[in-house]
Amino acid sequence: MIEIDQIDKWYGAHQVLKSCSTAVAKGEVVVVCGPSGSGKSTLIKAVNGLEPIQGGRITVAGEVVGSTNLSRLRARIGMVFQSFELYPHRTVLDNVALAQMVVLKRSRADAVAKADGLLTRVGMIDHRMKFPGQLSGGQQQRVAIARALAMDPIAMLFDEPTSALDPEMINEVLDVMTELALEGMTMMVVTHEMGFARRVAHRVVFMDEGAIVEDRAKDAFFDHPDTDRARAFLSKILHH
Amino acid sequence: MNYNWNWGILFREPFLGFLISGVQTTLVLALTAWVLAFTLGSVLGVMRTLPNRGVSAVAAVYVEVFRGIPLLVWFFLWFFVVPELLPQTWGRWLKRDLPDPEFWTAVAALGLYTACRVAEQVRAGIQAIPRGQTMAAEASGMNRVQVYRYILLPLGYRRIVPVLTSEFMTIFKNSSLALTIGVMELTAQARQVESFTFQGFEAFTAATVLYVVITLTVTVIMRQVEQRTRIPGLLSAKGT
Repeated sequence: MIEIDQIDKWYGAHQVLKSCSTAVAKGEVVVVCGPSGSGKSTLIKAVNGLEPIQGGRITVAGEVVGSTNLSRLRARIGMVFQSFELYPHRTVLDNVALAQMVVLKRSRADAVAKADGLLTRVGMIDHRMKFPGQLSGGQQQRVAIARALAMDPIAMLFDEPTSALDPEMINEVLDVMTELALEGMTMMVVTHEMGFARRVAHRVVFMDEGAIVEDRAKDAFFDHPDTDRARAFLSKILHH
Repeated sequence: MNYNWNWGILFREPFLGFLISGVQTTLVLALTAWVLAFTLGSVLGVMRTLPNRGVSAVAAVYVEVFRGIPLLVWFFLWFFVVPELLPQTWGRWLKRDLPDPEFWTAVAALGLYTACRVAEQVRAGIQAIPRGQTMAAEASGMNRVQVYRYILLPLGYRRIVPVLTSEFMTIFKNSSLALTIGVMELTAQARQVESFTFQGFEAFTAATVLYVVITLTVTVIMRQVEQRTRIPGLLSAKGT
């Protein structure tokens, strides 16, 4: 579904992605982890072209992520951000309905019906007329997930979806994501939530200093990490 | 001081008529110029935020040229100089066939000048929006026009309502400069009352009070605008 083939990215002279290659198959859940500054967020944002790359190639569902088809391709890939990025001037309902109407050209009635269904699913239907500023972080992130799902995406990208949340709200978001994974959604998730990775992921990609250091099946990664860097990372993140 | 106070003069014809007609001209002049300034300023402000360097540079040059020259000089330039520089038939049309050339020249001078100030505010308003908002909109497949239409402009304008209030007020006050090219707006009419009656104190007191009434009205209207566009859940329209 998603193929990342030897991509490079520089910020000036600093190389933030070093010939990274990996792939996400249909229905697969891949967790990307690594220390901060390792390039995880840049990698996931490259998948839908939010971060342009200077070398290599990314394809999604067989289409090269380029400049000509970018909007059309993005409409088919859902994305959830660390800081939610709901539109503050629109109600919860409008946040979920807007792109359906203006990008997919669905009628307002269809978009609202779809939005209501998804808001029910993420437990936010009672808040449909509220504005993002009136919600907690966990609630906002659940709305953001509904907003991405409303486009009937073929794959979902999660960029540290729980990093900006208070601890007591992390699980309500992870629960929604877990449910989504169990339904067979293709997912690429940048996260530090190793519990989630252990439960839900099929594969783990470990990045350090812009390079993909390990790319392995979940159990193999957690039980016998290949590299010292991955071992050091895991011991820091798991034992405290 | 030996001065013969006579406030009654203000309510006697034709002087009352002078002042009323002055208020009318000031209102029509300032409002027409504001429509021009707001429209052109918005376009220029958006241009300055576009990634295309050429487009952005055109707007930047406009802003620098217009705000670098005093408004009074603009009035003289548009009235005395520009018609001479144009092709002969255009210049003749401006000087001879255009009905009310002083008024329309004043609209142009005031509107084109204020546009550069509006442009800077619109640019600042858009640039103050966190980049994540654009990313979220783009990730949902919106094209650039849609991102501006649904996200950046609604948020950007809300942020700058307070500064636009001040620009809107200023255009009424700046319209008094139009008297230098012969537009009979409020200040010019006050001068006319003075020259007919020698009651300068009364005439300019009247003009002062009328200007204050106009600007206070603007303040009240813009406060309504601010309140209606306030986003629920945010402390003020300034934040996101």
